[in-house]
Amino acid sequence: MLGALLVMAAIAIVLGAVLGFAAIKFRVEGNPLVDKIDAVLPQTQCGQCGYPGCKPYATAIAEGAADINKCPPGGEEGIHKLADLLGMEFKPFGGETVPKPKAVAIIDETTCIGCTLCIQACPVDAIVGAAKQMHTIIAAECTGCELCLAPCPVDCISMAPIAESVTNWKWKYPVYALTASK
Amino acid sequence: MRTLYQFHGGIHPPTNKTQSNATPIAGAALPSRLVIPLHQHVGNSARPVVEAGQHVLKGQVIGMAEGHLSSAVHASTSGTIAAIDEQLVAHPSGIPDLCITLIPDGQDEWIARESCEDWTTLSHSELRHKLRAAGVVGLGGAVFPSDMKLYSHKQKIKTLVLNGAECEPYITCDDLLMRERAADILQGAEMMRALLYAEEVLIGIEDNKPEAIAAMRAAVAAGGHQKMDVIAVPTIYPGGGAKQLIRVLTGIEVAAGVRSTNMGVQCFNVGTAYSAWRAIRFGEPLISRIVTITGNVAHPQNFEALIGTPMNELVAQSEQLAGTTNYIMGGPMMGVPMPSKEVGVIKATNCIIASSDAIFPKALTALPCIRCTRCADVCPSELQPQELYWFSKAKNLDKAEDYHLFDCIECGACSYVCPSNIPLVQYYRFAKSEIWARDAGKKAADAARERHEFRESRIEREKREKAEKLAAKEKAAQEAKAVQPAIAPVKPDADPENTLQLKIQTAIDHAKEQAAAIKPKNTEQLTPEQQAQIDDIEARRARIRELAKDATPT
Repeated sequence: MLGALLVMAAIAIVLGAVLGFAAIKFRVEGNPLVDKIDAVLPQTQCGQCGYPGCKPYATAIAEGAADINKCPPGGEEGIHKLADLLGMEFKPFGGETVPKPKAVAIIDETTCIGCTLCIQACPVDAIVGAAKQMHTIIAAECTGCELCLAPCPVDCISMAPIAESVTNWKWKYPVYALTASK
Repeated sequence: MRTLYQFHGGIHPPTNKTQSNATPIAGAALPSRLVIPLHQHVGNSARPVVEAGQHVLKGQVIGMAEGHLSSAVHASTSGTIAAIDEQLVAHPSGIPDLCITLIPDGQDEWIARESCEDWTTLSHSELRHKLRAAGVVGLGGAVFPSDMKLYSHKQKIKTLVLNGAECEPYITCDDLLMRERAADILQGAEMMRALLYAEEVLIGIEDNKPEAIAAMRAAVAAGGHQKMDVIAVPTIYPGGGAKQLIRVLTGIEVAAGVRSTNMGVQCFNVGTAYSAWRAIRFGEPLISRIVTITGNVAHPQNFEALIGTPMNELVAQSEQLAGTTNYIMGGPMMGVPMPSKEVGVIKATNCIIASSDAIFPKALTALPCIRCTRCADVCPSELQPQELYWFSKAKNLDKAEDYHLFDCIECGACSYVCPSNIPLVQYYRFAKSEIWARDAGKKAADAARERHEFRESRIEREKREKAEKLAAKEKAAQEAKAVQPAIAPVKPDADPENTLQLKIQTAIDHAKEQAAAIKPKNTEQLTPEQQAQIDDIEARRARIRELAKDATPT
């Protein structure tokens, strides 16, 4: 009886020590959930969610401080993904937040005065230019966040939706009309 | 006798090849205009290098290859560039793409061609460069730039497979090419073999083309080609798929996600070998190809058509019959409907079928899948098409990928046997393009995240550097102050003869005396804080004066 108790106690102590060691040795730095949420977010860094970027928004969601329906660039699909990830109910966009088609910013180069304000605003360094030199947007890097629109003093930046072309065209979902049997 | 192998599945659809393979290849009449797309190949679109209104000669480069993976585009005949704009192209999307419209002048005048009597005098990189400049791409349908496929480390590739199987119904362009121009094809094969350091060349031709097999065998014997075998393979669709043909000829099964080159095999279409030879030997860029015109026409036939020839003008030469609804580019199994009858022939156009309700009746209503797995029995890639169908239909893309959707070659064998008439391949195409779009989006998001994080860290670093600089400056100033008293008093006395210096000094002293004499009026009844503030300011002023003293003599 006592021998059995001692054996069990010894096993418990050893296993406890192993667990304790593992907890210190394999400690996860930071919150892994934040990275998972961040991976779902579209990385436009637009701040439309009210946070200064995708990572801060992800942190806020992980802490339960923010709703999952605050990211218009992610679209409804993004909300579905977040809901799946967090085991929450899908929540539609509310009120003013509406998803827009994907777009890229375009600088009207004849109007641009080279003030560099948009360069400072761009969260992904997608604008090239220098003081008093014409600026232009690297379309491939532009996330369509619209953060460059507001600072422009001459309103020379506009958003152009990405048009469907031969290279980004997608095969459509097959739809067939069903006919009633006679 | 060579041992042949089998691949899984396959079907035997009616071949419908006899309609068009009885007559020799005809030269197509010069069309009224040529619409030449700049993006006919896999990779980057070519960059236009001509202007509207410019006169060009036959074979002149009109689109320059751009970037690593790209191919040049040439004027198919001499004439005037009418426009460089977006037009409908031979693509199922029906979306316009950048094209060059050429109005032929009827002279068909060649540009100076650089022929080469003996290609062995050229280095391998020169040969590849010439192929790229000549716009040679895979003519079997994939239109992959051939120069990119002809890189090889020594002894890595053992076998070069020439694909003359032409398994798809209706199409006979490779058949006729092999019958009529076998010697040129074999010369091209020799050149490709040298570029790849391959030992043997295996030419696979389905046994429903006895004339082509005979012609190729005769050409091998006549040309004295060594280690080059013409092999008749059984007629079974899709035996002309690259992986399937490699399996049949060599027994090598190319695994999922692996390139055949890693297994020591490279595969080219016979038409590509022919065009590569013409490009090197005669300096002729790829400006024409053999196109089968068949279907609802009076005289189905093969034409050597210029790239850019409007399809309806080409079909007219075979006398299109009434009831033609639209054109299908490619065969009935894998072909795609054209958005318009006027689109230009491109490098990928092996066949144009004038479709009618009689030839291709309207698709029957799709019924629910009964899981009979007939599709799995015929799938040449050994997939589970019924599962892929469910996942694609439910947009369960991850699951579809897990079931190796990307090993699907879209041959259409599954749709062909489906008793429920389900357009299976369309579901797979849909799922594939959705996955591509999703992956592209993910890649863009990752790039954006990286750029954003880099920017944040850069701003942080700049801030830190600024602060450090400021701290260093302040430190330097303090050190200078500590050193100063030892040097400063010496300086005015060091050069007593300098009267200007003395005058300034006396003036400063005078001003100081005066300042001391005047007592500010509002300095009575000060609080201790105010007094402390004043003292502080006075101390700072003193320091500045010290600094000024240090500065003036220099």
